[in-house]
Amino acid sequence: MARVFMKGTEAIAEAAVRTGCRFFAGYPITPQNEIPEYFSRRLPEVGGVFVQGESEVASVSMVYGAASGGTRSMTSSSSPGISLKSEGISYCAAARIPMVYVNVSRGGPGVGSIQPAQMDYLQATKASGNGGFRMRVFAPASVQEAVDMTYKAFDVADQYRRPVLILIDGVVGTMMEPVELPPMKSDEEVAAMKEAKKAWTLTGHKLDYAHRAWIQPGNWSTKVMQSDSEEDAALYKSWQKEAEAEEFMLDDAEVVLTGYGISARIGKSAVKILRAEGIKAGLIRAKTVYPFPYEAYDHINYKKVKGILDIEMSIPALFVEDVQVAVKDRAPISTCLCSGGNIMTREAVLTAARKIMEAK
Amino acid sequence: METNLCVAGFGGQGVMTLGKFLADATCNSTDKNITFFPSYGAEQRGGTANCFVVISDDEIGAPLGDVMDDLIVLNGPSLKKFLPTLKKGGNLFINSSIVTDEITRTDIKVVKAPVTELALEMGNAKVLNVIMLGVYVGYTEVIDPAVVWATIEHKLASKAKLLPLNKAAFEKGLEIGRSQK
Repeated sequence: MARVFMKGTEAIAEAAVRTGCRFFAGYPITPQNEIPEYFSRRLPEVGGVFVQGESEVASVSMVYGAASGGTRSMTSSSSPGISLKSEGISYCAAARIPMVYVNVSRGGPGVGSIQPAQMDYLQATKASGNGGFRMRVFAPASVQEAVDMTYKAFDVADQYRRPVLILIDGVVGTMMEPVELPPMKSDEEVAAMKEAKKAWTLTGHKLDYAHRAWIQPGNWSTKVMQSDSEEDAALYKSWQKEAEAEEFMLDDAEVVLTGYGISARIGKSAVKILRAEGIKAGLIRAKTVYPFPYEAYDHINYKKVKGILDIEMSIPALFVEDVQVAVKDRAPISTCLCSGGNIMTREAVLTAARKIMEAK
Repeated sequence: METNLCVAGFGGQGVMTLGKFLADATCNSTDKNITFFPSYGAEQRGGTANCFVVISDDEIGAPLGDVMDDLIVLNGPSLKKFLPTLKKGGNLFINSSIVTDEITRTDIKVVKAPVTELALEMGNAKVLNVIMLGVYVGYTEVIDPAVVWATIEHKLASKAKLLPLNKAAFEKGLEIGRSQK
């Protein structure tokens, strides 16, 4: 297939259209503006609808509504905008509404910096809204992976009837790379996907508790809430087997670099340089950050490894908390960090990795 | 083999377009990996702008490297900012119309082209980036010039009347680049 040269954000939007997304609502914020911009042009071409909402809260609520009708729907934002959307995300999770959203994350708490960062890890993986719900979270490290994961995310959302998050940083979002686009689903396929959800979608039918589903974000009955929560917990647990990681040169690794997204990608290039220097380095890159790929860390040869190096564009380190759970004290963990919109450099990673190897 | 290029100048000089033409042409004509990464932020016409292009036979790690193989500088402030990132033996391309600082580094190759003046002589200051792209491609031979021109032609398809000017600008650049080898 011919490859095209695309920006991460635009490629995500195109992948969404190709997998049947026909509604997008959003509100502008850097560095994700090309997502709504692209949808505004593209969706009318395929009979879809684009809305620039009056706010983040309004746009996520529109997605909640559109997805309740069975249409594959999406929203996107960047860190502070994602915080605003958390109410709607939580409502979708409670009402079991499939939708996909993208966080092109930027630096720091509050309005932060508009430069790339990975400081929303805990929000993305532990609490994307109130109420203890969990979500599938994909963390692509290239434009191709962003496309492939977006294409798949809508299937995952529909399969489990839950929100799904694509978590990227401003580097993956704003960079351009060659990409092979997946096939465009036909109008018939898109209609069939909607039809398949008819058992629970709101399509203008009369209120009929016995035969048709009804959507509500929560339940007043404590008894029902208890059983719903137990059902949810079992579902979240079942997701663990779908955790994904890239494992690179782990077998004989004496220093294992780990991270997600752009940091881990830079880490991989550092591993190749370290190997060329004779340092046995390896890498674990989390491709899904919820569920977290704990099992990948069991593939480290703990008899040989001198240390694990967590690479993150976040201070304090956040991803490292899951790494600690995965490593279970079998090896010391150190960090290589930057923050505030500074982009991780390969040199910083190399220096930190060499330091681990020099330590007695 | 990996080439890290930084293009830097004023906003409005076509810095991003230069980088994108090169990256896009490489994508269209080779199996190589390419990344294009723009600086972004509170950019404005007259402010500084820069972008990074990485072309590699292998997987690319960072889309903006710590050390540059090639550096294209279209204004004075960019020279100060990015010259320290150019590796020993690297290639520096400067817009000698407005970058008049003396280059004190002796461990690099310097290719000078007065692209602002040349563009004005051609009747449109906007083509200075296309001249510089020609200089870069002519000097480095990083990619077949015919492919770069085909990409420019494709990108400017909706502005066909600008094609002859851009063609002349690109060829002028190629000539300068080749002559300084």
